[in-house]
Amino acid sequence: MDFFKRHFLVPLIAVLGLIAIAYLGVAANLQFVFGVVIPYLAVLIFFEGLIYRAISWARSPVPFKIPSTCAQVKSLPWIKRDLADKLDNPENKWWAMGRMALEILAFRSLFRNTRTTLLRHQEKPEDSRLIHWSYKWLWLGALAFHYAFLIVILRHIRFFTQPVPHWVTALAEVDGFVQFYIPTVYITGVLMVVALLYLLARRIYTPTLRYISLAADYFPLLLIISIGITGILMRYFYKVDIAAVKQLAVGLATLKPVVPAGIGSIFYVHLFLVCVLFAYFPFSKLMHAPGVFFSPTRNLPGDNRWNLHVNPWNYPVKFHDYMHQEDEYREAMIEAGLPVEKEK
Amino acid sequence: MEHNGNYKNEFGWFADKPKVPRKLFHAKAVVGGLLIFLVLVTAPLWRNLGKVVPAPDPKLNTQAILALPEKDRVCVEDTAFMKANHMRLLVDWRDEVVRNGNRDYINSKGKRHLASLSNNCMECHSNKSQFCDQCHNYVAVAPNCWGCHWEKEKKQVAQTEAK
Repeated sequence: MDFFKRHFLVPLIAVLGLIAIAYLGVAANLQFVFGVVIPYLAVLIFFEGLIYRAISWARSPVPFKIPSTCAQVKSLPWIKRDLADKLDNPENKWWAMGRMALEILAFRSLFRNTRTTLLRHQEKPEDSRLIHWSYKWLWLGALAFHYAFLIVILRHIRFFTQPVPHWVTALAEVDGFVQFYIPTVYITGVLMVVALLYLLARRIYTPTLRYISLAADYFPLLLIISIGITGILMRYFYKVDIAAVKQLAVGLATLKPVVPAGIGSIFYVHLFLVCVLFAYFPFSKLMHAPGVFFSPTRNLPGDNRWNLHVNPWNYPVKFHDYMHQEDEYREAMIEAGLPVEKEK
Repeated sequence: MEHNGNYKNEFGWFADKPKVPRKLFHAKAVVGGLLIFLVLVTAPLWRNLGKVVPAPDPKLNTQAILALPEKDRVCVEDTAFMKANHMRLLVDWRDEVVRNGNRDYINSKGKRHLASLSNNCMECHSNKSQFCDQCHNYVAVAPNCWGCHWEKEKKQVAQTEAK
């Protein structure tokens, strides 16, 4: 098997295997395991792993001040800086917070993404040139996926709360405003899967990206796509008794677990995939979510020119300066007629 | 000077391995951020924590149902199907009635039923607040059936249909 097949097929088989495990598990009447034990375990691993890794990152010192300086730094008063300059090269921690907010909420660094292409000249090959052009599709796909996923997760609060908060029902109403099909199609559910398919397709079709894509890149994509597809299938096609599903979810949320009878296996498949996502999260690239807060190139203000950053590792270094050198070789230097600072 | 091991070449010993301080850097921001995250994620669940939330309890004790003999107390399809699929069934009925004028519904057992929410479903299930609303409120769905079909306006619907 070549590199791509190995790194793409293994996660694909893994996800299909996970689906089969949940399906067979429910067929073997293990509803309690898949409905209660695994969800609790997965949530425990998620929080424990996330906190553990965040704390271990916080314990690692940042030896150097390495903010990326993407715009004009604060300088002489007559050098103009507009708002974008201040955000892209923050002069203090408040502007750095602004940059972080822009990064986390609007994916600023993906927005600045460029792509390099060799523009070939047909008649005169010597006039071919490299162009760097703004490439927004990755930014758009990533933004669409993340916000759609967020809204999908927020909509699920209706299964864990009783009474359901008004903002959740309002969100669902806005999300389903197209009033298409019964039950109403939620735009974000479809958008999430479409954006994920784009993010997967770009890894597969772009040769340079395929070359650097590993199983750990495909697995979360395929896993979240499967979660989206099972959710869509369950909502619109292979229906389950939703009141029983909510009973199970509320039971989990209130720590009084119950397993109502008669929920279709597709629900357990969906739930099991979500559990795998939760449990996998702290061990994977998905940790970019807390990790972005710890990025020294983003979260440090670009004030290197006027504030000294002391390396927390700094330890006393034994210097060997010129006077030590002279002390060591004074007699030999005088003998050879070399000038010395001190005669004795 | 302790040399930590083996870092030596022809110019002498290498510097000591740096002693990285064992401390939580930016403790306030990190712990605060994690706490905010935990609070935000768990906040919707505090209200009912440890309480038993009563399951929905749709009542089947209307006069029309009780008047039926025991063996005839069945819906147009079986209960499990109706629980999961009644919304789809009702929309299919609506489309058949509105577009084709067909009020006949032949169920999976081959029995004919009148395809009408007001004049068939709600004849038995006339207790909307104790039957329909039980699960609808529980899972927070607001079906738009009730814009027209609701016992108070039953006459009005019947009049419209008569025209």
